Amino acid sequence: MSLDNSVGVVVPQRVCFNEAMALKSGAVLPGFELAFETYGTLNAARSNAVLVCHALSGGHHVAGVYADNPKDLGWWDNLVGPGKPLDTDRFFVVGVNNLGGCYGSTGPLSANPETGKRYGADFPMVTVEDWVAAQARLADHLGVDTWAAVIGGSLGGMQALEWSLQYPERIRHAMVIASAPKLSAQNIAFNEVARQAIISDPDFYGGHYAEHGVVPTSGLRLARMVGHITYLSDSQMGEKFGRQLRHGEHKFSYDVDFEIESYLRYQGDKFAGFFDANTYLITTKALDYFDPAYAYNGDLAAALARAKARFFVASFSTDWRFAPARSREIVFALLHNRRHVAYAEIDCDAGHDSFLLDDAHYHAVLRAYLENISI
Amino acid sequence: MNFTAKERERFDFAVIANWIPPGERVLDLGCGDGKLLRYLRETKDVIGYGVEIDHESVLGCIRNGVDVIQIDIEGGLSGFENQSFNHVIISQALQAMHATERILCEMLRVAEEAVVSFPNFAYRANRAAIAEGHMPVSEDLPYEWYETPNVRFFTLADFETLCAKLDIEIRERRAFDEAGQAVSDDPNLNGSLAFYRLGRKA
Repeated sequence: MSLDNSVGVVVPQRVCFNEAMALKSGAVLPGFELAFETYGTLNAARSNAVLVCHALSGGHHVAGVYADNPKDLGWWDNLVGPGKPLDTDRFFVVGVNNLGGCYGSTGPLSANPETGKRYGADFPMVTVEDWVAAQARLADHLGVDTWAAVIGGSLGGMQALEWSLQYPERIRHAMVIASAPKLSAQNIAFNEVARQAIISDPDFYGGHYAEHGVVPTSGLRLARMVGHITYLSDSQMGEKFGRQLRHGEHKFSYDVDFEIESYLRYQGDKFAGFFDANTYLITTKALDYFDPAYAYNGDLAAALARAKARFFVASFSTDWRFAPARSREIVFALLHNRRHVAYAEIDCDAGHDSFLLDDAHYHAVLRAYLENISI
Repeated sequence: MNFTAKERERFDFAVIANWIPPGERVLDLGCGDGKLLRYLRETKDVIGYGVEIDHESVLGCIRNGVDVIQIDIEGGLSGFENQSFNHVIISQALQAMHATERILCEMLRVAEEAVVSFPNFAYRANRAAIAEGHMPVSEDLPYEWYETPNVRFFTLADFETLCAKLDIEIRERRAFDEAGQAVSDDPNLNGSLAFYRLGRKA
């Protein structure tokens, strides 16, 4: 792999916050740690910081590689780096693993200070609002009063939107990509299937699987398989796999016959090998609960009235999980409030996953928007 | 013909800007790369939004720092609220749309006034081309018939008949020949490009 325009070798950092944090659910975390990475340099005016928010399976490792694992490329490395659309020669870019995550931030795998054992299922539910509140503490720690931009795709886009509502003075540009102002019933339904797959795994043990020295691998694997179906478009799946047979003939068995089965199993196995099941459960619930209009009788325009940021909103033509119409809801609610907004509906065949790809037009649009952000 | 493309553009912009009071909220349908909105922002301090369907044009808007919304207006302006703009502009784009009546009505739903500009098919030189047996290619109708994005070919007289049918009030009209000279005598014959300021009949 070429390391041109790469931020190169990066080192994850950690910060510990000892002050308790009241969560939206009513639970209180006595304190917490966040794992994060930074790329580029914070300028003297502290005006060039950009926060990258991750989606369901991402984390703080946004760009670059690790010295001890040069194959572990950041999840949005195609976007972030010197000369890339989110240019680290110009911006100070921050990636963070959210609260409840499983890559180093305090979460279900961490020790519960009250018991000394892992939290497991006792880790409180966290919401998008809680994540943003925790990210704000990270911003304080880094000396960032105001983000030049907060950017994210999917669930990450929801965090960018939430930043504009929770801390309207601390964000100049909200970049909301392949996202939605709330999940639809169909979205929640897919999440529920994924959760039930995990919870009904005999190795789940009510979420305390760690104490039993096991992992609900088959549940996690199923959850990821269902997820992957929703990330891809029908047409792309058809193009990529079609009805291709693994063995060139029908085997009349439940082993892999069709290539798509092989793909889903591979993705499921890979994911179940590193992701924590409780984090998966918590994260899907955070998605389900996110609905800034909920406190405004469903009136999204009223909910967005307090936003002050300029917005960039983008959707992808073949994304049926967070379809373009969902992004347009955000756009028109912003328009109602007379906010600045640029909205691009990008032609890309890859469904919801498009936001992670480096489609030339998509990246040109991102680059153009980011270049116009003053620092 | 006497104009460079850039001068031509500025001339169009100036005619439209003349109808836009400073500080207004403006919606530009089929806004291209956002140059008109940028011009109106710089000269009239308007708060402008563009609507565009073409990908490269949307990219151009974003490069120009213009607020743009990428949607297809053939389906109407359903996301836009009633009377949420002072002026809505459709500059030399109406002839490239199918849903002519719908968009005219929608424009006067979302804004107090509409500004419409379009090439006049009945311009003298265009009539001459037809008389010679060819589809016209001119300053304001610059495409060959086989590559034109235009789908509606109409005249000042046709447009005014449609406005009457839709109860749209014509508040002002200006027409110009290919050299950019204002035309007052028989604009349906002598005007190559027409500009209208439209409102709802009281």
